[in-house]
Amino acid sequence: MTAARHISVRVTPDDIDVAAELASLEALGGGGVASFTGIVRGGNGLTAMVLEHHPTMTQTSLESIAAEAAARWPLAGITIVHRYGRLSPGDRIVLTATASSHRAAALESCAFLIDWLKTKAPFWKKEFFQDGDSRWVDARDADDAAAARWLR
Amino acid sequence: MAIDILYFARIRETIGRSAECVSPPDNIITIADLVDWLAERSPGHAEAFADRDRLRAAIDQRFVDPGTPIAGAREISLFPPVTGG
Repeated sequence: MTAARHISVRVTPDDIDVAAELASLEALGGGGVASFTGIVRGGNGLTAMVLEHHPTMTQTSLESIAAEAAARWPLAGITIVHRYGRLSPGDRIVLTATASSHRAAALESCAFLIDWLKTKAPFWKKEFFQDGDSRWVDARDADDAAAARWLR
Repeated sequence: MAIDILYFARIRETIGRSAECVSPPDNIITIADLVDWLAERSPGHAEAFADRDRLRAAIDQRFVDPGTPIAGAREISLFPPVTGG
């Protein structure tokens, strides 16, 4: 496969049009498209989540994560869309998607993108609750472990 | 040597500002030195930097370790471990 790939990386306050993003990857003519959509979890009285990010670092961080995936797997296309700002339970937070003529490459690289992104992209989540309480979400050891399995 | 320091998330809230421009003395060599020095600036700084295990840094938009020299840095960001995705 050539290095000529469709790589689309965006950071936006707006909702993610998953169908349109996947259609763009499907149109590349590969054998398959894999995707992961992250959604704001409800429950425990959560009313909102605010995603803060580093305005000058985020885009380049996500681009380098996409480039790493492109170097590791034979991919026809990569899409990463990450939102910031105030979100409600059920809202989309992030989409990672990959297209490849090999399903294993598409599925593995899609998992790599979200695992890598969780520990290497400068976003921070703050949760707001019904009782007026709010708290910054702590980084999880499980996320570090998930990212570490892709180290080599 | 004037450096722009940017703070994010819990660090920003605890210090009470998102950025400041500082000129560290010559004996401040690394990120860890800089954090020690910044922690002296106010009770908020001291509280924000109390747990060094939960502090991360970037020099000119690149993630770096605490031992990284700051010479030549234009912008240094200090923040908690990231929680995106």
